[in-house]
Amino acid sequence: MSEHVPPSIRIQKEDFDAAREAERLTRGRRDVGAVVTFIGLCRDEHGTLAALELEHYPGMAEAEISRIAAEAMARWPLGGLTIIHRHGMVRPGENIVLVVAASRHRHAAFEAASFVMDFLKTEAPFWKKQHLTDGTNGGWVEAKESDAEMLGRWTREN
Amino acid sequence: MTKLVYFAWVRERIGVPEEEVALPPEIETVHDLLRWLKGRGEEYAFALAHEDVIRVALDREHTDHDAKLAGAREVALFPPMTGG
Repeated sequence: MSEHVPPSIRIQKEDFDAAREAERLTRGRRDVGAVVTFIGLCRDEHGTLAALELEHYPGMAEAEISRIAAEAMARWPLGGLTIIHRHGMVRPGENIVLVVAASRHRHAAFEAASFVMDFLKTEAPFWKKQHLTDGTNGGWVEAKESDAEMLGRWTREN
Repeated sequence: MTKLVYFAWVRERIGVPEEEVALPPEIETVHDLLRWLKGRGEEYAFALAHEDVIRVALDREHTDHDAKLAGAREVALFPPMTGG
């Protein structure tokens, strides 16, 4: 891309506005041809989940996501990359994570957003605790084997 | 002194979010540290019972159980991550 914009990483309690974040990556630019926006939301698990409590490791969460973002910037010609991850209590229907990748062509933007999410799920220090609608503690969400397996598809090339 | 920090169910089972410890000189690797911690009491033995699932970060960088502590100031122990 003609303009090199450093990635923007935010770990915050507050909600985010995906449309506004996407707009920030394209405002005043003429070289961006594709923007992919991924939003991860909290599901209600068929009405059983009241909220997810997101715990994180302050300092390391930012560092890990920055490392993943830098890797994505090095692998694809991105014109911009924004990653926001929330912590604290998140209720069904609310946002958890946002990835916005901007590029000249769609392929790089799609791939980069997918790459960031795959690594973020297994390498960024966040943990989800479930609070159930019946008032009980649903315990900690268990890591999925399939999430770790997803990383394999990024190791072939490069 | 070494700062130990715990997250998620490791933190809940041990009962404190962090603590400062003086590690005996023979504790060289992450594996040595886990074994030593398990001997500190029931809550540690419970939290670290399934040693192979415990993830470790030295000074906020992921590492494995064979790694040497090599003077790390902050050692974090936590379960596999579930963000995103």
